[in-house]
Amino acid sequence: MELHELPKPEDLVKDVKYRKLPEKPWMQEPVDFKPGTYNYPALAKNLKKVHMPNPREWHVDQQDWHLPDDWQEIILKGFKDRLEKYRSFRLFMDICVRCGACADKCHFFLGGGDPKNMPVLRAELIRSVYRNDFTTVGRLLGNLAGGRKLTLPVLKEWFYYFFQCSECRRCSVFCPYGIDTAEVTMIGRELLNLVGLNINWVMEPVANCFMTGNHLGIPPHGLVENWEFMQDDIEEITGIKVNLPINKKGAEILFVVPSGDYFADPGSYTFMGYLAVLHEIGLDYTWSTYASEGGNFGLFTSHEMIKRLNAKIYAEAKRLKVKWILGGECGHMWRVIHQYMDTMNGPADFLEEPVSPITGTKFENAKGTKMVHIAEFTSDLIRHGKLNLDPSRNDHIRVTYHDSCNPARAVGLFEEPRDIIRTVCKNFYEMPEDSIREKTYCCAGGAGLGNDENMEMRMRGGLPRANAVRYVRDQRGVNRLLCMCAIDRATLSTMMEYWAPDVSVGGIHELVANALIMKGEKKRTVDFRGEPIPGVEPDEEEE
Amino acid sequence: MNAWYSVFAALFIVLFLTLVSLIGVGPVGAKGIFGIYIPYLAAVVFFVGIVVRIIQWAKVPVPFNICTTGGQGKSLPWIKNDNLDCPHNTWGVIGRMFLEVFLFRSLFRNTKAQLGQGAKLTFASAKWLWLFGILFHYSFLTIVLRHLRFFTEPMPSFVQWISYFDGFFELLLPTVFLTDIVFLLAAGYLFLRRVVIPQIRYLSLPSDYFALFLILAIGISGVLMRQVWKVDLLQVKELALGLASFRPAIPQGIGDIFYIHLFLVCCLAVYFPFSKLMHAPGVFFSPTRNLANNNRMVRHINPWNYPVKVHTYEEYEDEYREKMKAVGLPVDKE
Repeated sequence: MELHELPKPEDLVKDVKYRKLPEKPWMQEPVDFKPGTYNYPALAKNLKKVHMPNPREWHVDQQDWHLPDDWQEIILKGFKDRLEKYRSFRLFMDICVRCGACADKCHFFLGGGDPKNMPVLRAELIRSVYRNDFTTVGRLLGNLAGGRKLTLPVLKEWFYYFFQCSECRRCSVFCPYGIDTAEVTMIGRELLNLVGLNINWVMEPVANCFMTGNHLGIPPHGLVENWEFMQDDIEEITGIKVNLPINKKGAEILFVVPSGDYFADPGSYTFMGYLAVLHEIGLDYTWSTYASEGGNFGLFTSHEMIKRLNAKIYAEAKRLKVKWILGGECGHMWRVIHQYMDTMNGPADFLEEPVSPITGTKFENAKGTKMVHIAEFTSDLIRHGKLNLDPSRNDHIRVTYHDSCNPARAVGLFEEPRDIIRTVCKNFYEMPEDSIREKTYCCAGGAGLGNDENMEMRMRGGLPRANAVRYVRDQRGVNRLLCMCAIDRATLSTMMEYWAPDVSVGGIHELVANALIMKGEKKRTVDFRGEPIPGVEPDEEEE
Repeated sequence: MNAWYSVFAALFIVLFLTLVSLIGVGPVGAKGIFGIYIPYLAAVVFFVGIVVRIIQWAKVPVPFNICTTGGQGKSLPWIKNDNLDCPHNTWGVIGRMFLEVFLFRSLFRNTKAQLGQGAKLTFASAKWLWLFGILFHYSFLTIVLRHLRFFTEPMPSFVQWISYFDGFFELLLPTVFLTDIVFLLAAGYLFLRRVVIPQIRYLSLPSDYFALFLILAIGISGVLMRQVWKVDLLQVKELALGLASFRPAIPQGIGDIFYIHLFLVCCLAVYFPFSKLMHAPGVFFSPTRNLANNNRMVRHINPWNYPVKVHTYEEYEDEYREKMKAVGLPVDKE
């Protein structure tokens, strides 16, 4: 679905009434697969590449989903297995009191009004089956105890709504028991995966990442060309040919970023920003073609897949004999790096505790995993005055900052990016308090939902974020939405086009590179997007 | 399940339970069963049930540290860490859990979203649920502690103090306890919001109403017993002490209303371990709250971590060696 096929923004949500609910009880309301609100199934070839069950051709809108005959048994067995492996899952099945505090915290509910997108009901979809099959009271009383059988309509409902959750964890901030819907969705998706229900926008990146090291399936020689192309762009803008070390053994640091940063604009400007900064400080580092992806769509597939895809980062660090690892601006990548990597793929005892070779700062907070976030790294450089900056080169940009879900609610990374932004740009305006920091709203394209066929749902779910952006655009003249996530940079661009035209989207290191005075650079007349910097005339002799 | 069906099903069950006790001690006259056997049975189910459930939870591993960070994490020395909303050490976790358990920190964040003309979304503060939630739980706690006076001789001084302050405003004779009023009001609010707010009505289950009705019935029967059909408290205490010292006996002349009250309490105790009421012990186990956000500092161990199939660098290089060499990339094997 293309943007122009949607109603006008002001009409999209005019029928949304939070307090108007269907007459029929939710357990009896079958799911309606409306085009624009669901994702296409995974192609068989992608499932085969990563050895996942039931590869076949099937269509969401057809009655028969070609499930294995014993699909109920498979799912209930997987259910039991996970109840015994994840205390989180077991507990979240047991203790919800349905107080409803989470109900209007989900962006998909706020923009779509579908009550099953209230986090509590999303979890009840699976909890009702839990009660029916795994609790004493449920087994005795069935429906009266809130239980229901796992039937095909229930399974279809799971598929629809667990791929309408972007695993942003906003509801878990408000839950009095810390029930995390992302955890419920992750396990819900794992169960769906057992019978071959997955979406292509997740499984294709997964398959690509497994085989070639990045989501886009770019082979090593393609990466080199792609990266050299950006090296040339930087030379055009600054007159400096920056370092581009690739697969270099013995480098001090391995640098891993999300592939979204070198795949398309505006992520590529962030990528160029990294190159410029790391060149300027003379860092001894290397890129890797094998570990050319920090993002990890395994997170949207299964815990096992997280581990399978993430393994390459430590493996490559070991092979290249680096001391520690630096990671780029990404969202869900940092959920994995921060909360799963050491547990799954560690211990990283072959690496050293990270120390910035430029400032001598020890990154104590990363001494176990040995992987540092570039925002931590750069804000440390700035703190020690290691970057020569001219923020006036960003005067034409009036920025606001979108806290990406995972750096916000899984890492607690709030001040570092803000420190950087304030230093490199004079015009920084925060969005309203209820939409930033730990209460930040998702781009509505995370967790594999940022595809075109799901466009209506994305634009609906994007309303809360866009609404806050429109506010600072109108009040403070903001024209740039900064974010620290590759999925954001891709999906927020579309969302701004729809909801808040005139606001462009970009990463933080793009602005750092704009402001960075590089040794021996030529007079800058354009910024890292190649757009003229207002008030700066090209010198005559250059013309 | 239809909302009104849920409400009435729950109401019916509570009325049925009331009736059971009314008939049981009245016409049938089985005071021994309702005064001795059922309370013992309920106490056993309650304690064993809770312990079993907690052991079940405790036996399930916590494979990953999935702390939800609600503030600035600990990172560079000059950046202030919010150790309560994003704890990095045990003290922080204790502080966070304290705020969560005693002050309902997360619920305090609650907001209410409203969608206006032109797709404008606004947020308002919404603290009523927090306020009534906290009033409900604290008055419940106070009432439970006050009841210790029936089970102890001599009464501990803190129980006397609680009763004294709780009955400080001597509105009526006999003293109306402040917490009784607050408790009924708060439980009433929790019920009303369930039926009045459409979203909450839509998602509520019979069990949500059942717990509230049962608790309300306990509260109402307790108040009736104090204010209307008064029972002899000394005899109640005699029964309670007898139960507590395992020398149970039924004193003569305690009004039937007392047995109804006691039976409903027993029902709640029996229901507790099998229901959502387990949120009380459960909150202590919540991995998004009770773990420190120190993931990159301290390795969290997953006891069932197992090896997985990966695509190794060697396989990768085998597939692309010639092309890598063509663009000047170093290779491990020539």
